[in-house]
This record gives sequence, structure tokens and C-alpha cells, in this order.
Amino acid sequence: MGRLNVTLCGIELDNPVIPASGTFGFGYEFADYYDINELGTFSFKGTTAEPRFGNATPRIAETPAGMLNAVGLQNPGVDRVISEELPKMRRVFSKPVMANVSGFSVGEYVEVVEKLDGEESVGWFEVNISCPNVHGGGMSFGTDPKAASEVTRAVRKATKKPIILKLSPNVTDITAIARAVESEGADGVSLINTLLGMRIDIARRKPLLANTTGGLSGPAVFPVALRMVYQTAKAVKIPVIGMGGVSRAEDVIEMMLAGATAVEVGAANLVDPCACLDIIRGLPGVMDRYKIENLQDIIGGATK
Amino acid sequence: MKQTVLTVQTNEPIAKSVYRMTLTGDLSAITRPGQFVNLKLDGFYLRRPISVCDKDGDTLTLIYKVVGDGTRTMAGYGKGKEIDCLLGLGNGYDTALSGNAPLLVGGGVGVPPLFWLARTLIAEGKRVTAILGFNTEDEVFYENEFRALGAKVVVTTVDGSYGQKGFVTDALAGLDYTYVYTCGPEPMLKALYRAAKVDGQYSFERRMGCGFGACMGCTCKTVAGNKRICREGPVLKRGEILWED
Repeated sequence: MGRLNVTLCGIELDNPVIPASGTFGFGYEFADYYDINELGTFSFKGTTAEPRFGNATPRIAETPAGMLNAVGLQNPGVDRVISEELPKMRRVFSKPVMANVSGFSVGEYVEVVEKLDGEESVGWFEVNISCPNVHGGGMSFGTDPKAASEVTRAVRKATKKPIILKLSPNVTDITAIARAVESEGADGVSLINTLLGMRIDIARRKPLLANTTGGLSGPAVFPVALRMVYQTAKAVKIPVIGMGGVSRAEDVIEMMLAGATAVEVGAANLVDPCACLDIIRGLPGVMDRYKIENLQDIIGGATK
Repeated sequence: MKQTVLTVQTNEPIAKSVYRMTLTGDLSAITRPGQFVNLKLDGFYLRRPISVCDKDGDTLTLIYKVVGDGTRTMAGYGKGKEIDCLLGLGNGYDTALSGNAPLLVGGGVGVPPLFWLARTLIAEGKRVTAILGFNTEDEVFYENEFRALGAKVVVTTVDGSYGQKGFVTDALAGLDYTYVYTCGPEPMLKALYRAAKVDGQYSFERRMGCGFGACMGCTCKTVAGNKRICREGPVLKRGEILWED
């Protein structure tokens, strides 16, 4: 086992770096820039039962040290993901992938998971109960422990593969949601999804995003995300994937010291297509500087 | 597509709030007129997408309007400044479909991407007419540069302070053309779409996140399904366009 390896819900990763869903498509756009097999894995574009166009544009706004997005789960629907996107993905990525699934009802989550369950390339499910940009689904499941439990229970019955619940930071106590999904059989939790925010176009005196609000990501959210990862890692026994503003190797180490078993990288991919590669290549040097022999050994190091 | 560092050679104003920047470096990823580059500017999180005005050897020309903090920062860059760029983004214009007398119609900072296109079409032996539309005389640029290429040029200004008074569509009458290539504000594209019935290619602008197809920030609906303006665009064929209202 190499210095960077970690084990995530029973599956070994060559390194803990995972591009986050919605910032990496199905991988092949990035294969023009580097060999994406260098990644631990990646979480593919959030998939729903039916095709979705998503929200009106503008969907993106810049913020200090970050960005807002209100894409609204644009995806071709699970059937075309299986018939078109995954074959294209497999041409450039040979490792187990994390299937990010979303829904507007408990039944929809189950339907999408059942359809993807037969795909050999799917290693984990990341169940998104935290999308802030859709109405009547997404985040509404992730802000109430009872609803989060219900989704987890149903998805748990639909697959034997590891299920990782992706949690919303837009709650009073994220650890309450984490504990609720753990008790229903979640194999892991990932956090944080984006923080709800907005910007106003002064000239037009209107919200900049067509959806009015959007999710904030980028370096601006890193300290908030790190705090929530730390609290959650102390509250549950299942693995935690840390994400939120991670942009460099040092951020990965901080997340792991806070208790993350692996680390997702989101917005950074959109600014620099090679962001994850640069982070992975930067890790050994940073580990040497801080006398870290193996990454697996430092998980939760700051929580003790 | 390629990520590379380009070096600023010149950067000067050429019209009201409009600057021309030339940069040098490895431009091999830029393959077609109508493509764009995405620039990482100091102090800004997202890149800034700017259309390619010209590519000549290892020299890239960009023309941009100062409209906000990002472009204002860009306007302050001097010779020797190195900029991290993503190159060769977007589909660009297809010159094969033009017929022998293409009409190029640009509005404001929609004019620049038509310059390398005009140069390419003329090199292919085609008879190029260009309508360059602006609001006022102090915004006019590149009239002489298009003429120097050998294009027939008509300049329009909305207020009539220079050239023909009116919109670009007011200049269509009497022109003889086989095909339309255009770039400009969406209301102009829409008016042109209605006024010029021949086939053509229309270049669209959208607020982008990444510029290379990852974030789905710039998706639009077309006759041929959803397209990302940054990836399957910015150029849409006339028959693909679905106007939003």
C-alpha cells in the first residue's frame, strides 16, 4: 500500500482525491487535459430518473474567493447515463466510479440506484440529499433527519454497494442528519454540499442568478466545511468524505486531520482543469514537510 | 484544448472602453476562427472567456471591452505580463459552408471573432462583405483592418454619428450574399435571424463557469437538444437555434 492510499468503505483508493459531482461531468472532458486514472476516483454528474434541463441561465456568478452555481441538476436521465455517458467514461477511466444520484421522491432515488446497481463500474453510491438549487427535492431531504432517514432506509434496501449520503450545510446541526443516516445503514457521509447564497446585479437591480439563489463553493467556504467535517467525524463512526473549497494539497491534509477519510474537490476543477492532478502530485512533498509517512494514519488526527 | 501561459506583448485602447491585447506563446490548440480563450486574471476566482480576434503565427490578438472588475484588471496588464490561459475552446466557425459570397455581421465586441474569419474566408478565395455595427462613433473599431483584408465594409451606428445610421439589419438591403456569419448581442442576432433568410452561423454569449464543458453553467436549448455554449457552441447553425421567448 502506497503512502497516499486510503480505504473508503472497503474499496482501496490510490489517493484520497475525488473530483466532486457536478464539477467533473463524466470525466471525459478532463481526459483532454490529463490521465484521469491518476485520481482516487470521481463522483459523476448528479443523475435523476428523468432527463433534466436544469435552471434558466445565468446559472453561475463569481464571488470573492469562490462562485455561486444554480445549475439545477441538469443531466440526461439515468437511462442515457447508462447507455451513453458510462460507456464514454469507461474509455478514459478504468477504476470504480462514485455514482451520484438525486431524486424528487424516495421512489426516484430507489429507481435510479436500482438501475445503476448493475453497472460494474459503479463502486459507491453518493446519494445527494442536499442540492440547494431544485424545488421539492434535493435539499428538502437533507435538512430534516426524518426525511434523510427515509431516503437512506430505502436506498439501503436497493443496493449492497456502499452508500454515502451527501449532506447539506444549510442546517442548524449537520451532525444530527449524519447520525440519522448512519443509524439507517449509510456506509459513509460526504460534506459539505454548497452553502445557499446570492448576488445582485446592481445595474439591473435584480438577482444575478436566474434562480435568484445558488450554492456557494470555492476557497471561501473551506473553513466552514472543515468545521463541519470535524464535528461530523466526531459524531459518527462511518467514514466521512470532506469537501468544500479544497484547492491544494495542504487543504487535503487539513480535511483528513479533521476526520475525513477521503476528500472531494469541486469548484477548483472549473478554474483549473488540472487542479486534482496538481493536488495529488503536491501531496508527497507536503507530507514530507510535515513528516507524514502515510495519509491513512492521519485521518482524524486533530480530533483526538 | 490546452492550458498554457501566454505573454502579453501589447495592450492598448482602440475605441471607447475597448482594448486590443496581443499575446505570444504556443497557440497550437486554437484551430478555428470563432473559438475563445479563457484567462486566469489576478484576484478573480473564475476565468474570463474572450473570443479570438486573430491568430497569426505565435501571436494571438484579443479585443475586449471593459465592462467590469475583471476586464478592468486586464486593461492594466502591460508587456511581459504572463497569463494562464485555456486555449482552443468552443467549436468555432465552419468556413466550408459559406458559398462564394459570405456576409459577416458583427455588433460591438461581437466584431472581433469575425476578423480572423474574414481573413480565412478571403484566403479561401471568397468575396467577403462585413457589416460592423456600433452604437456611436467613439465605439467604432477595425473598419480599416477589415478593408485591408480585402473585405467590403459597411459600418453602422445607432445614432448615425458615423457610417450608416441604424442597426446592422438596416444595412442588409442591396447586399448580395450567400451565407451569414455573425456575433453580437442576442437582440441583434435575433433581428438578423429574422431579416436575413439565408443559412448561417450565429455565435452566442453566455455567462460561463469553466468554459470547457464541465459545469453546465451555459447550457441552452436548441433544435438539436441541449448544447453547452462553451463546448458545442458558441457557434450555432441557423437551423439549430431556438429563441428563448
